[in-house]
Amino acid sequence: MYNFKKDFPLLNNSNIAYLDSSATTQKPQAVLDAISEFYKTKNANVHRGAYSLSMQATKAYEDARTKISKFINAKHPEEIVFSKNATESLNLIAYSYGLNNLKPGDEIVISIMEHHSNLVPWQKVARATGATLKYMYINENFEISSEEIESKITPKTKIVGITHVSNVLGTINNVEKIIKTAHKNGAIAIVDAAQSIPHIKIDVSSLDCDFLIFSGHKMLSPLGIGVLYGKKQILNNMPPFLMGGDMIEYVHEQETTFAPLPNKFEAGTQNIEGVIGLSAAIDYMENIGYLKIAEVESEVVNYAINQLSNLDYLKLYITPNRVNHSSVISFNINGVHPHDVASILDSENICVRSGNHCAQPLMRYLGINSTCRASFAFYNTKEDVDKLILGLDKAYNMFKKYIHF
Amino acid sequence: MDNLDDVYNELIMEHSMNSYNKKKLDKPDFCEIGHNPNCGDEITLEVKMSGNTIVDMAFSGHGCAISQASTSIMIDTLKGKSLEEAKNIIETFIGMIKREITDDTELEKLEDAIAFKNISNMPARVKCALLAWHTLEGMLKDGQ
Repeated sequence: MYNFKKDFPLLNNSNIAYLDSSATTQKPQAVLDAISEFYKTKNANVHRGAYSLSMQATKAYEDARTKISKFINAKHPEEIVFSKNATESLNLIAYSYGLNNLKPGDEIVISIMEHHSNLVPWQKVARATGATLKYMYINENFEISSEEIESKITPKTKIVGITHVSNVLGTINNVEKIIKTAHKNGAIAIVDAAQSIPHIKIDVSSLDCDFLIFSGHKMLSPLGIGVLYGKKQILNNMPPFLMGGDMIEYVHEQETTFAPLPNKFEAGTQNIEGVIGLSAAIDYMENIGYLKIAEVESEVVNYAINQLSNLDYLKLYITPNRVNHSSVISFNINGVHPHDVASILDSENICVRSGNHCAQPLMRYLGINSTCRASFAFYNTKEDVDKLILGLDKAYNMFKKYIHF
Repeated sequence: MDNLDDVYNELIMEHSMNSYNKKKLDKPDFCEIGHNPNCGDEITLEVKMSGNTIVDMAFSGHGCAISQASTSIMIDTLKGKSLEEAKNIIETFIGMIKREITDDTELEKLEDAIAFKNISNMPARVKCALLAWHTLEGMLKDGQ
């Protein structure tokens, strides 16, 4: 089997088992090279200079936009807006669309497994507009059932926000059905693809979602670059989110007209190196291909699930329906706090996340405070899983004589 | 990491998993919740005073072994102390964790809490060890 680790300097130069790709992925050499090359040969501010260096930087920036629009099969490049992360993309929608389109009596429907970034902004919108925030809950398989979707999305619903893949449970939600149900009821649908796009091919045209957001750093790109996809007609009708340079047409002393899409939503100097890095990451991923990525990941994740299921001291928080599960595995050693487990795993050079994973309402719904989370990317191997299992045995053995129930 | 056994030693494990200080007091004089939003750890501290002296303390809540043990050992150390002594010990403990106080004679007053000396080798866990101490520090300040 091809060893992808050698493409990633940080993994290649260490002996860590990096199992926290849901928090951020490692970066391949190709991405690091592209950023370095940009600064060495093309660095200038975009959309400003009349000189050729600035034109080159602008071309690289706009070519990346076109590449991303094709990558997710958007109809127009200007439907791609750059932001600093998934959170900012969601806030843009909440402030610019939510605050201006909701009224008392309207409903916003999200799921209980949303990341705080697709939850807290809607609390603000609901409070400011008098709309109600409603939740789709999960069943015993950690999934949102069709009945739950149909009972919560009603003609009162104006906005539906759903994470494609849960960053805690790894559940792949039935976004196709959720989007269809939203549209049938006259609501718009927002898909948080931050946890899915590193693993699953996204096609916004066939999904027919109104907005889709993701961050670059969870898919091999630099930190600090986010993407917002929105249908052109909806984006055109939305007021700008942030005001300032580069997003204007005419500025007078008392009033301003705004630039057309996508500049209207890109105020100030953007994270150009982030965009260049994201573009290189897409090239790198497309060269491997989603099919290969899925094949490699599912072999390692299946192996991990089997091995972890053999540990009788471990509780797993994943759906038994493998086809509805991506590559995130939350677990707890019964009676031992996840932070202690993570510290002991760290002593064996295994990186896992522990905590509430920015999903406190989900934790509360599950009746727990926190979990350990191992999340996988295509560069992970069965050896990483073996290290994890040994580390967990070590943690359990350190604690077992003190555990009481 | 060689420090694992230093930190997860017998004393800390016993206090974290089976603490006799984890209970509710009858009519405490002060009660305060300490919360660590990043990890979700939450403890409730209860203090009973007699004049200027801490006569009893207890805690409830949930958290990792380090935060639970640190809370329990803090209670053992501070029970029976005057407010002034308690404040001084809290300051010394925080100083030890930050490696600002290293003199062994000065650290003696921490009694069993000296077990957390090496937590600074695990920077990710420092906030766990400090949760109860910062919470009590705030309570004693407010209580004045």
